[in-house]
Amino acid sequence: MTERKYPPFTQLGMLSLGLIVVGVIYLSSHIPQHVPLGPAIALLIASSVVLIANLALLRRVPDFAWPRFFQVAKWALLAYAFTAAMIEYAFLRDHLKGGPLVILTLSLLVYALQVPTLIAFTVARYDTSREDELRRAAA
Amino acid sequence: MVEVAAPAPSRSEAAPPAPPERLDFEIVPRAGLAITAVAMVMLIVAIAVNKLWPLEFLHVAGGAAWTIIDLFLGLVLGPIIGRMSIPARIEFTTRLMPKMVLIMPTVVTLTLASGWQLATKLGTNLTVNPNHSWIVASFIVVGVMAVLALGLLEPANIAVLFELKKRRPNPEVIERLMKRFIYCAGILGVMQIATLVIMTKIASS
Repeated sequence: MTERKYPPFTQLGMLSLGLIVVGVIYLSSHIPQHVPLGPAIALLIASSVVLIANLALLRRVPDFAWPRFFQVAKWALLAYAFTAAMIEYAFLRDHLKGGPLVILTLSLLVYALQVPTLIAFTVARYDTSREDELRRAAA
Repeated sequence: MVEVAAPAPSRSEAAPPAPPERLDFEIVPRAGLAITAVAMVMLIVAIAVNKLWPLEFLHVAGGAAWTIIDLFLGLVLGPIIGRMSIPARIEFTTRLMPKMVLIMPTVVTLTLASGWQLATKLGTNLTVNPNHSWIVASFIVVGVMAVLALGLLEPANIAVLFELKKRRPNPEVIERLMKRFIYCAGILGVMQIATLVIMTKIASS
């Protein structure tokens, strides 16, 4: 199997996801009582930076299967946006408001973006539709 | 539902296994989407009415399904799949994995959302509650499991199905992704034992 060089997309994606999960656990273990938002904000920013940096690194990969990436990512985004919306709904039902609601909503947004990119990358890295097309054209 | 044309086993012992043929199956089974939609409507209603029984039902039923599937897949089915012949493994995978694409996110969403609502209703998520430390422990276990499941297991599940849909699926890629799936499921299965310990402790105090 010829292996193309990729940035550590899965590892960085899991790091980003881990940072978000730590932030959500931190907030969830305090609310509805008062909770200092500093650590949760720091974790959210760190997670977002890793997500953006990861996508920027992937953008530099030559001949990456972007059509396949976006095809998978859009459907996965639909599914994970729905699961994030269900969790958000439970928070809203409990009258959560102010800073904790904003941070949790943004954290869920990063989660709903991060998971589809991980799924889409894993599919797209093994995509061979371009090679298949070239082989068909040559035949 | 799924028409599988598994390749015939190689006649010669020394010959490398032939690449599997293109298989016809749905990556996301459309019929299952209706069941998922019903489960999600039940969740929305349970959270909206905020009554103990529906919340308890969805949390216990969803959590039990999640735990049992992880334990069974990771500790029972995983090792069995690992010892199957490649054609048998491919046939099994094309029948099991599309269902897992729908079942796992559904039971996880049911369990987590109803569990949060239940904790809020019972007050177990308040820091003054004597069970609060156990609740936080459950958050941590679920958090670790979520990172593994969402970062490694789910992408491998989807990617192996895409690979099997190709005109010429690569057995090496399937092998690699299935290994990742089975190891991950095993770790999640072991971690589910921690969930069982925590949840039974909370329920009995």
